[in-house]
Amino acid sequence: MAERPEDLNLPNAVITRIIKEALPDGVNISKEARSAISRAASVFVLYATSCANNFATKGKRKTLNAGDVLSAMEEMEFQRFVAPLKESLEVYRREQKGKKEARKDKDKKADSEEQDKSREEDNDDDDERMEEEEPNDEEEVDN
Amino acid sequence: MAAARLSGTEHRLVSLPLSRIRVIMKSSPEVSSINQDALFLTAKATELFVQYLATYSYKHGRGKEKNALTYTDLSHTAEECETFQFLADILPKKILASKYLKMLEKEKQDGEVREDDDEAEEEEDEDEAVGDSVGS
Repeated sequence: MAERPEDLNLPNAVITRIIKEALPDGVNISKEARSAISRAASVFVLYATSCANNFATKGKRKTLNAGDVLSAMEEMEFQRFVAPLKESLEVYRREQKGKKEARKDKDKKADSEEQDKSREEDNDDDDERMEEEEPNDEEEVDN
Repeated sequence: MAAARLSGTEHRLVSLPLSRIRVIMKSSPEVSSINQDALFLTAKATELFVQYLATYSYKHGRGKEKNALTYTDLSHTAEECETFQFLADILPKKILASKYLKMLEKEKQDGEVREDDDEAEEEEDEDEAVGDSVGS
């Protein structure tokens, strides 16, 4: 996983979409505001990771787990995220379980696609490509 | 969520790319490994964070009257709201260039009187040194 500075950015198109969905219709978001929020999001990931890692270290574990991330949210004063996060995690786990069973024979193909992903994401200004990245989603969404 | 609008996907639990979130998490040197649940939660939390930062800044900002979210609203949030304080460094308040120049000027004046003499001497020394090496 080569690390270039731009690897630490999140895709602008996705960030913009999330902001737009959160604000009332018709609100204009300046370009500067978008890139500021995007940078803030990257910093948030690092901050959360470092907090979660502290909890893992305290528990003498090397792998960050869900509990560590949830504890980190509380420590960072984002308690309001904890309940919605727990909910999504449950849905996610169910989905993953379904995927695993449906996937068994597709395994090898999916793995090699996964490795290419990070390289493809550099300048995602179009949403279409984002959709293509996880080809399995479409078939398994309904379970 | 609007993700449904795009192509055939019914819904999406998380719209940020997990692979990118993982790269950012791993860029932290003390982190050795992250399990899939933790990665998913971090991605989802980041989405919630983006929503919260945007709505909070919009509600408490001045752009509201103009139906706009501006950089100033964001830097204001980082400054005023304790939860968002960790962003203060990357969302600094903007000031006018003219003000900044005045600040620089003032700083300069404060230190100038003493430094002036030292600098002049140093320069002379350097000149001499160069002269020597050329001459020899």
